Amino acid sequence: MSDEAPSITPYPDGPLLLRGNVELLTSDGERIERRRRTVALCRCGLSAIKPFCDGTHKAAGFRTED
Amino acid sequence: MPAQPLTELSLSVRSDTHVQARGPLSEAVLRALTGGRDAEGLSALASNAVERAVNVTHDDDLQLALFVLYASSYGSLETLDPTQEWNPDLIEARRTIERAFEQELRERVPLPDLPEPTVDDVARALFALTAEDGGPSLSRYLAKRATGQQALEFLVQRSIYTLREADPHSWAIPRLTGRPKAALVEIQSDEYGGGRPDRVHAEVFAKTMRGAGLDATYGAYVNAVPAVTLASQNMMSMLGLNRRLLGAIVGHLAAFEMTSSIPNRMYGDGFRRLGYGDDVTDYFDEHVEADAVHEQIAGRDLAGSLAEDRPGLLPDIMFGAAACLTVDGWVAEHLLSSFERGVSSLREGYPL
Repeated sequence: MSDEAPSITPYPDGPLLLRGNVELLTSDGERIERRRRTVALCRCGLSAIKPFCDGTHKAAGFRTED
Repeated sequence: MPAQPLTELSLSVRSDTHVQARGPLSEAVLRALTGGRDAEGLSALASNAVERAVNVTHDDDLQLALFVLYASSYGSLETLDPTQEWNPDLIEARRTIERAFEQELRERVPLPDLPEPTVDDVARALFALTAEDGGPSLSRYLAKRATGQQALEFLVQRSIYTLREADPHSWAIPRLTGRPKAALVEIQSDEYGGGRPDRVHAEVFAKTMRGAGLDATYGAYVNAVPAVTLASQNMMSMLGLNRRLLGAIVGHLAAFEMTSSIPNRMYGDGFRRLGYGDDVTDYFDEHVEADAVHEQIAGRDLAGSLAEDRPGLLPDIMFGAAACLTVDGWVAEHLLSSFERGVSSLREGYPL
């Protein structure tokens, strides 16, 4: 990953976009591979590829207040 | 063209890198670009072909001529002479076809109401538009019902775009500045593998094709696909290559990304159901994750901020998004209706 300062941006009715140098870990502390520079983290809880977003929130009608 | 019945015995598609003309115009374009003929008089041939055409989107001669003219700009077909790229007669012929094609799309694509030109409103309007897309569900068919041959035909139809994935939208990069430019580059960088040649999406798709026993050479199946498949690719090239259509290519990308992650999960499921391994399904699984990122960036940071920066482009942003849904809907409808009738979606003689 890059040295870019980390940031998390909420996208309305959608996921959190994570940019920058952040390590993702499982609850057991194992490293989760990041296959791209910018990743989308599931916010609705319904993704089949958690912690990443798979777009399911759209079909589920997930709404945020931002 | 009588549709060819499919049998379970046929499990291949003829590949052929020599592009075959489909009428007088495409024949003249091919000859001019492969050095065999002067391009003079092409413009008249193009005008005749346009006048003759009942439906530009479904006209084989027009769509193949346009496809080859764009291939000359991409450099995607090796046989085309690079010194003819800017030949004014060829450019004039291209403009003649483009005028008719764009006019037809403007007439046939239903336009949604325009949102306010703000990041938030534009992104919400694009997500709403793509959510209500009631087109036929090719992805559900692939997941549940497609036969082995139908799955191969699906890959062949997709290969016209996907072996050059992302390229049509890259034409927009130098025409943008600031926020929308950074957003488009963020998406395209991921499309192009983020610095890893083996993760370039077009390469990942080539691996899928080879894994399914198909030829991954670009253009190997141009002869096999109908006009409407070429039209889908040509529309992207037209929107990308003409600076006046900048809003439309941006809207197109947003709609394309927003209708990708969920269908790709189903395509992957379909190929797994048919017994294919990771080498074939990797492409689809990659796009479930990738396009869930891209659709957010495309909706807000690209299309939304472009509309905010240049409100005059808003109508074309929405037109490009609607055109993506409409034309790709026509392609999906062609595949689905062929499959449901038990006939090939390819041109006669191409399923083997």
